[in-house]
Amino acid sequence: MSTLEKIGPAIAREGVITLQEAAEFIWREAELLDRQEYQEWLSLWLDEGLYIVPIERDQGDNAAKLNVLYDDAEMRKARVKRLKSGFSISSAPSARTVRTTSRFVLSAGDEASVEVRCAQHIVEYKFERTRVLAGDATYRLVRRAGELKMERKEVLLINSDDALWGVGYLI
Amino acid sequence: MDIKVRELRDVSDLVQPDRFDTSLYTDPEIFDAEMDRIFKGTWVWVAHASEVPNKGHFVKSFVGKEPVIVVRDKTGQVNVLLNRCRHRAASVCEQKRGKTSVFVCPYHGWSYALDGKLRAVPHASVYGDDFNKADFPLVSLRVEEYAGMIFATFRADIEPLVDFLGPAKKWIDLFMKQGAGHPVKTLGEHRFRFSGNWKIQLENTTDAYHFPIVHKTFLDSLDADTSNVFDVLGQGGWVEDLGKGHSVMVMIPALVDLEENLEDEIPERFRELADELRSEGYEEGEVRKVVRAVGGSGFNLNLFPNVACSMAFFRVLRPISVDETEIRHIAIGMDGGPEAGNRVRMRLHEHFQGPMGFGSPDDAEGWERVQRGAAAGEDVHVLVNRGIDPLIGHVAGSNVTDVSAETGMRAAYAQWKRMMSA
Ligand code: FES
Ligand SMILES: [Fe+2]
Repeated sequence: MSTLEKIGPAIAREGVITLQEAAEFIWREAELLDRQEYQEWLSLWLDEGLYIVPIERDQGDNAAKLNVLYDDAEMRKARVKRLKSGFSISSAPSARTVRTTSRFVLSAGDEASVEVRCAQHIVEYKFERTRVLAGDATYRLVRRAGELKMERKEVLLINSDDALWGVGYLI
Repeated sequence: MDIKVRELRDVSDLVQPDRFDTSLYTDPEIFDAEMDRIFKGTWVWVAHASEVPNKGHFVKSFVGKEPVIVVRDKTGQVNVLLNRCRHRAASVCEQKRGKTSVFVCPYHGWSYALDGKLRAVPHASVYGDDFNKADFPLVSLRVEEYAGMIFATFRADIEPLVDFLGPAKKWIDLFMKQGAGHPVKTLGEHRFRFSGNWKIQLENTTDAYHFPIVHKTFLDSLDADTSNVFDVLGQGGWVEDLGKGHSVMVMIPALVDLEENLEDEIPERFRELADELRSEGYEEGEVRKVVRAVGGSGFNLNLFPNVACSMAFFRVLRPISVDETEIRHIAIGMDGGPEAGNRVRMRLHEHFQGPMGFGSPDDAEGWERVQRGAAAGEDVHVLVNRGIDPLIGHVAGSNVTDVSAETGMRAAYAQWKRMMSA
């Protein structure tokens, strides 16, 4: 049984992407990340998709700036391989996480794609220590063959330009 | 300035040539003494010149635990000022970096010039006639610069920076060749903290021994050629004690001098960049210079106590408490060189460094494990006895040890001992 079946398949739909549909997608993604079902997570992406965690606020073109991460498909695959390899001490095991996403706002949509902004709180636990990563997440979602896919996901942490810590999981 | 040095029990026997006492990681009293005797007793790196390129530019930094502002004044001189109002101590600057002509304290409005002079005091008449503004400038530290690296010290009586650096200067010069003929500038930075003593990070910059173990997943993410380049233990590298706690660890001897071997074949992973530069109209010679420098130098230069020129970036450490340390990994690139080259440098930096890099989180976890382990076995020593004997007949000279030797750590702890027992 695939993970997606375990936690409920995406319902194939057509037409304009609604707020409800986008929120359901992002909740499903959040659960995949908390459960570290990273292979499944990779399948939520378009090949040309970009996964970005910037450092500075309003930094404009991310490619021209230093980021916490700036992943194309190849880097995402390599990152997942690393996190699941069992050889990375910060992720074998990583901190446990529980995340919530809320405060969804739909903007800039058209027939086939939509931009969604939301709040994201991740609580992590490891070494007798519980910590919080909070950020604004922005998704560009598109419909391909009836399913939503991520074309872009950017997570701007509230303290991204201050000191963070070693994060051994995906945010 | 007079530095008050706290009383401390004799710590000189805590460090032996090949081992040291666990209390160096765990004792808050030793930490406080380190802040006085080491961080207020020597040259501490505060900024790179490119962070304050023009008059009025400032960047916040630290000397040990003390917050400072590094600012270029209207004469072009760089000042390092304690970030503390002379009235009732409020910080005068809470912006990370920027440009200004004055620092105004937000509490009662005292304002300071960029050289620290107190310029104006609101409602000054209530102070007596003997109140003299000249008596209350922002406290200004001694500042010297080498190759764009700005250092400050609380001490007027210590040696000039160039003497402090000594043989390390040659390695700084080599490191700055990463500009590929252009000045080096900073390109942004990753910052993260770990729950461990600052010296654990200081050790790590001169620790090739951990690389294939801790960074196995980084190595696995590279193509075969690049993975060979990062086979840091297998290329005849070495570690050398440069005196005063400084050391250099050469991991990739072929990349010590980036201006040499420009005619070598361009590695697979940089061919796309080479083609991009050619298509932008750069001459073949320039293309080769940029491409050869883009991955950084083949060595880590560890400068005691708080900065390293580490392959392709500056590593800066900041002690916060006996078991908390902040690290900055400052990316560098070409000032005025092709942007495509700087972009590749940033992507390479993101690949390894920072809170979600393929390398740093595993380093940080390793360092936290050292601190957690050091809670046990008070009377058990920490060993730094690996590779004591010099290598015989090595091309780099008679005074070098194996690349995975703990020579750089021994150099740092010998300096620690000198400064802490002085
Ligand atoms: S504390 Fe700065 S003006 Fe009073
Ligand atoms: Fe490392």
